[in-house]
Amino acid sequence: MKSTWRWTSGTAVGLLTQPALAEYGYNLQQPASQVAHDVFQLHNLIMLVCAGIFVVVFGAMFYALIKHRKSAGHPAAHFHENTTVEIIWTVIPFIILMGMAYPAAKVVIDMKDTSNPDLTIKVTGYQWKWGYDYLNEDISFYSTLATPRAQITGAAPKGENYLLEVDEPVVVPVGKRVRMLITANDVLHAWWVPALGAKQDAIPGFIRDIWFKADAVGTYRGQCVELCGKDHGFMPIVVEVVSQADYEAWVAGKKSAAKRAEADNTREFSVAELVERGQKVYESNCAACHQADGKGLAGSFPAISGSKVATGPIADHIALVLNGRPGTAMAAFAKQLSDADIAAVVTYQRNAWDNKTGDRVQPADIASARGGAKVAAASAAQ
Amino acid sequence: MSDAVHAHEDHGHHAHPSGIMRWLTTTNHKDIGTLYLWFSLIMLFSAGSMALMIRAELFQPGLQLTQPDFFNQLTTMHGLIMIFGVIMPAFSGFANWQVPLMLGAPDMAFPRMNNWAFWILPVAAILLLSSFVLPGGAVAGGWTMYPPLYIQGGISYDLTILAVHIMGLSSIMGSINIITTILNMRAPGLTLMKMPLFVWTWLITAYLLIATMPVLAGAVTMLLTDRNFGTHFFNAAGGGDPVMFQHIFWFFAHPEVYILILPAFGIVSQVIPTFSRKPLFGYASMVYATASIAILSFIVWAHHMFTVGMPVAAQLFFMLSTMLIAVPTGVKVFNWTATMWKGSLTFETPMLFAIAFVCLFTIGGFSGLVLAIAPVDIQLHDTYYVVAHFHYVLVSGALFSIFAGIYYWLPKWTGHMYDERLGKWHFWLSVIGMNIVFFPMHFLGLAGMPRRIPDYSLQFTEFNQIATVGAFMFGFSQLIFLVVVLKAIRGGVKAPAQVWEGAEGLEWTVPSPAPYHTFVTAPVVK
Ligand code: HEM
Ligand SMILES: [Cu+2]
Repeated sequence: MKSTWRWTSGTAVGLLTQPALAEYGYNLQQPASQVAHDVFQLHNLIMLVCAGIFVVVFGAMFYALIKHRKSAGHPAAHFHENTTVEIIWTVIPFIILMGMAYPAAKVVIDMKDTSNPDLTIKVTGYQWKWGYDYLNEDISFYSTLATPRAQITGAAPKGENYLLEVDEPVVVPVGKRVRMLITANDVLHAWWVPALGAKQDAIPGFIRDIWFKADAVGTYRGQCVELCGKDHGFMPIVVEVVSQADYEAWVAGKKSAAKRAEADNTREFSVAELVERGQKVYESNCAACHQADGKGLAGSFPAISGSKVATGPIADHIALVLNGRPGTAMAAFAKQLSDADIAAVVTYQRNAWDNKTGDRVQPADIASARGGAKVAAASAAQ
Repeated sequence: MSDAVHAHEDHGHHAHPSGIMRWLTTTNHKDIGTLYLWFSLIMLFSAGSMALMIRAELFQPGLQLTQPDFFNQLTTMHGLIMIFGVIMPAFSGFANWQVPLMLGAPDMAFPRMNNWAFWILPVAAILLLSSFVLPGGAVAGGWTMYPPLYIQGGISYDLTILAVHIMGLSSIMGSINIITTILNMRAPGLTLMKMPLFVWTWLITAYLLIATMPVLAGAVTMLLTDRNFGTHFFNAAGGGDPVMFQHIFWFFAHPEVYILILPAFGIVSQVIPTFSRKPLFGYASMVYATASIAILSFIVWAHHMFTVGMPVAAQLFFMLSTMLIAVPTGVKVFNWTATMWKGSLTFETPMLFAIAFVCLFTIGGFSGLVLAIAPVDIQLHDTYYVVAHFHYVLVSGALFSIFAGIYYWLPKWTGHMYDERLGKWHFWLSVIGMNIVFFPMHFLGLAGMPRRIPDYSLQFTEFNQIATVGAFMFGFSQLIFLVVVLKAIRGGVKAPAQVWEGAEGLEWTVPSPAPYHTFVTAPVVK
């Protein structure tokens, strides 16, 4: 009975709004998971009730506005209370509300049940990118905005998925219960993929979890939805839902790539190799604040070109990149970047723009600095 | 009739200072009311121009006019100033002008404190606005000031904390004054249950302010010490909790949003009966509904935090308690409708704004109900749906009621009728503009556009363009309002004491303009 009613009301609003006008997006995105479906239904139900109340109350009001005008000669009545009426219009809304609260409570309880996942992924928010760790697979990567800067500033035409594309999407198998553990490294962020009905704030120092089960293979896009500083608007999320077989192939590919990266950490590089690699690392990790020309943004973000750190002792430069500068947007990259990447980016910074130091930093230098950094941190904590 | 007419002569030889000193040193409730209202209007234009810059940037995808950092400063300052610099001071202006007039009191209870409560406000405003030119720019962490982001900022973040303290102090002083005036200075015979509803709503609001402002002060003080003195209240690495800030903040800020709307209820409850020529329907239940809303507002704060991840039981509790607020709010809407029912209605500008208030505030109420449903809120939280929701409540709620009140009492304040034709232009352009800005934002939010972003993906383009066009229409029509006010101050048709045919209350027994000193001998209410 109840489910029929919910279905009817949902479909009624759905028919009015969804298919006919789908391309303009007048309602929630097409749901692609059970929770998203439930939310869609709930929203339609409430909209229907609100629309009904609106028509009744404002129908009465506009009737009065038209019929009870002074200019139409309507005399003013003098009643100013009626206990029965007042009790009725207190009790009826109360009952309607409880009617809405019941299905809503069921969805709340369902959303909160994160038990028995098939797969668990840890998501970490950084200023301004997402880190993903597949807990059962030993896979870790970062996911950053892939839209080129030129499209944002208007120097190039905007692509179809403007601001909603990343270099490394999250990949999950279809029809599996995926549990996301969500946290942050610096400030609050929030992980949201509307079509999957999955949203959760990412809180530094705390871990929260949500779950979803995607109905169909496809690409689902979302964004960071908690103000997290300058590039809050440039932190998209892409979830690639694939078949189980494709998922397994992806996992295998990721693992062999990880092995190759591991090998880089123990290799010696030439300056040219380091600079070339470092420029890429710089562009995806540093340029958002310090700018592609290394000049920074006056008042907010210091320049690298000509900076004391990037031309002074190498050890200080490495320590700053590893540990960040607490209380500012300068993040600690120790966990985010590999030894080879940090070596490359430090070398790049010391040789680019006005910084013609000619220095070269090898992955091995970073590995030993990491050891040293740990000692320093430990003594600072005492 | 009271002795108001003679009051002026009695005080003739105590010449009060004129020129600038009159305004700096004044302890007269009418002068102070005027100061608050002008301050609020100036702030409306400054925060409004920030809103237009925001909307101009959002006219198209891509970054055209602002850099993301500056964009965040604009949204943050726009929000802070609209709340603390526009709506709250405007209501204080109404309270100063109207509470003594409506109670038959000669002035506020503590006139000297009243002067202070006003004059520290411009100081706070200067602190806030000047931070745009400081290194690092103005605050960019949202008016909600959430740490840890708020810990990262520069000197202007400390100045903002100072400004918030000052504004809170001002509100508390104002509230003490209002409560004392209402409880002690009513004309003989004016019992609490005979007071005009506007006075009732301010009495309740003043208690809300006194209860919540210290909470805000505590929260920002903890931010200040986290920023400067190495405490870790909100830093998990030091044993603190960033979510605790949100609990404390919203324990203040949820009642705060009712502080921004209860006096609006009061104004509308004066205006609608006047132009319906019928007493307010359900006076007593209006009072009880206002009080219940105020009390409920203290237990629902966490509905702003459904996405921080709370236990099922907490989520259910905050969902249900939030939904309950719809009951007394509904009662108010029904009562206003019943007041109009079988009245003898006319549609002067104040009434038009009041009717628009009732309809559009209700839309804001409905979207509030949608957001109360926790699973739906989790989808819509921090999207443009929320921006649409709170602007329906704040623009067509708080701001429109302020317009209604100003048109309603302007003849009493200035002694001249305002220009009805311009008033109607102002009304229609504002109402249409307001809906064009904010209605499409519901769709943007549903479709997934986050708030507080300077740039967006392509599918959001059309609705953003519509909203921007509406914003400029709305924004520029406020210039008409400025003209109307200036014209009424400089002259026009003389207003009689009883400006409106259907108006009731003591303020209509004194001449227009209301003399500098009124009710030197208290009127008696039967
Ligand atoms: C011309 C009329 C107005 C326009 C066009 C306008 C527009 C906007 C826009 C575009 C935002 C940014 C939304 C976001 O990205 O999160 C915003 C935020 C806000 N507005 Fe308005 N607004 C107007 C009037 C008002 C009024 C009268 C108030 C009354 C209090 C107000 C209060 C706020 C608040 C509190 C915020 C949130 C700031 C934050 O995110 O920290 N606005 N407004
Ligand atoms: Cu973020």
